[in-house]
Amino acid sequence: MSKKVLDRLKAQFGDRILSVSDFRGDDEAVVAPKDWREVAQFLKSDAELQMNQFTDLTAADYPLREPGLPRFDVVLMVRSMTKGARIRLKTRVGDNQALDSLHPVWKGADWTEREVYDMFGIKFTGHPDLRRILMYEEFVGYPLRKDYPIERTQPLIPYRDVEGTEKLAPFGKEEGQPYNRIDWLARMSGRNLQVSPAIALQQEQRDALSQGSSVDEPGKA
Amino acid sequence: MEPMEDSFDEEGVLELPVDPMRLYMGPSHPAMHGTIRMVLDLDGEVIQALDIQPGYLHRGFEKSCERGTWAQVYPYVDRLNYVSPMLNNVGFSLAVEKLLGIKVPERCEQYRVILGELARIADHLTCNGAMTMELGAFTPFLWFLKVRDWVWDILEEETGARMTHSFGRIGGMAKPPTANLKPKVRALVPEVLAVIAECEKVVLRNRIFMDRLLGVGVLTKENAMEYGVTGPMLRSTGIDYDVRKAHPYSGYETYDFDVPVGHDGDTYDRFLVRMEEMRQSCRILEQAAGRIAEEGPINVDDPRIVLPEKSAVYDTIEATIAHFKMVMEGLKPPKGEVYGFTEAGNGELGFYIVSDGSGTPYRVRCRPPCFLNLKASEDMIRGGMIADIIPTFGSVNMIGGECDR
Repeated sequence: MSKKVLDRLKAQFGDRILSVSDFRGDDEAVVAPKDWREVAQFLKSDAELQMNQFTDLTAADYPLREPGLPRFDVVLMVRSMTKGARIRLKTRVGDNQALDSLHPVWKGADWTEREVYDMFGIKFTGHPDLRRILMYEEFVGYPLRKDYPIERTQPLIPYRDVEGTEKLAPFGKEEGQPYNRIDWLARMSGRNLQVSPAIALQQEQRDALSQGSSVDEPGKA
Repeated sequence: MEPMEDSFDEEGVLELPVDPMRLYMGPSHPAMHGTIRMVLDLDGEVIQALDIQPGYLHRGFEKSCERGTWAQVYPYVDRLNYVSPMLNNVGFSLAVEKLLGIKVPERCEQYRVILGELARIADHLTCNGAMTMELGAFTPFLWFLKVRDWVWDILEEETGARMTHSFGRIGGMAKPPTANLKPKVRALVPEVLAVIAECEKVVLRNRIFMDRLLGVGVLTKENAMEYGVTGPMLRSTGIDYDVRKAHPYSGYETYDFDVPVGHDGDTYDRFLVRMEEMRQSCRILEQAAGRIAEEGPINVDDPRIVLPEKSAVYDTIEATIAHFKMVMEGLKPPKGEVYGFTEAGNGELGFYIVSDGSGTPYRVRCRPPCFLNLKASEDMIRGGMIADIIPTFGSVNMIGGECDR
């Protein structure tokens, strides 16, 4: 059964299937990035293959590959619900090279592509909402790249502004309810100070911490 | 619901706010298990748009795997789906064994089946129990946790730990089964079945339970396949895809069990599918307990893959050296990449592993079933009420450790 999938792909695309393998029974076909979406669409819509079940989309980083081969492998795994066959489709993209998104083909590619972007920094053109998913948006670098050291410390990030709301961001300088500890004595005596001096000091320190000082400068590493 | 703008055109009428209200739910909301954040745009109580934001439990599973030996991945694997860690242990073992091209002895396969099905029962008990509790039915939750404790008692006796077992090994298991395994499993099965039946009697025809679950959070077949949904959530839509049947491993093809399916794909169906799967797991447990031999090898007979006997390590220099090399360098699978997959509590748990021929994994990608299931739940929640999020989300069974890795 599974042999048929690769044969069918080769018959349809010929030389555009760069290589095939079936190590340990896992069928794999490698295509060029420009054929990525077309082959994926064919896998899904072809009446013989019917690879209609999305399984997974991920990537791997090979920075020390022989010259000429791009750095990243992007791997798509799909399965046919009716035929029970599986295939792994692979393409290779370089640093800063965008790849066609598979979101129009399978909706499951939405989050998995976001994760690949988050972890490897591979951009997908045509993805409706490409932003980080497991990391926060201020995260510097791409953690699953081989040149990202596991012990790297990230900089502290300033507090976020929340736009379009009356309420201000929690724990910020101007926040609505500063720690909820009001200095009533100061307030009753008419002074402008809203919170107790100790709280105000604490607040200043937190602000200073959140604005400037960082533990490590990842850009310089 | 009618759009609000239309009804307040006349002058002198008090204008109500017409913009959708934005509500941030989570990341530590008491009614949702798991740390996850949802950004909801509400029109009244109807959810117009939502954005689910996972990642709060991210701890770099895949990155951490790339710095030790293959065997050192097990403690991390335990913490993926921490409700059924044994299934993750088995899944990872099978993936690496596929890469090595080996097959474990039959006794080990049966042992894995028994421990795995126990873990599956624990997983489904937790999911369904927590879901009933979030709907206000506290009693079934306590009954289920009672049973889960019995399951964990067996797992503790076998592995030494209740939750994070780290019991799987590449090419076998850490220890052979204890003498108590068979009688304990045989005693457990009727108890589990009794509690399941009792709980079904309490909730299934309960008016509140039915009103809250029937027709809520509907997932269609097409969407399920598009999103890559697997496990009980997929089967509730009527598709009978179970890795144990479709791509059998560990000798599952020799066991007599059924794959329960729903037909509406709503929350009620997902509850029923999980209940029935526990019954089927009990059937498998009974068969496996009848088969497993008292004596026999548990590990593959290959000194390059498994550690030598402890007594030999103390007595002979060859075994000492072999042990040292295994621990320090690790086993060295051939260069290549495979995708090994098993049926875990939430669906297809896959490991896409790449080996560069050294003792350290080059890349370990875990295909987390509930990560893909969770994306599909966006469509299930949209258009419903806030209160419907709780049972729908409960039936998706998002496990933070697995979803965020």
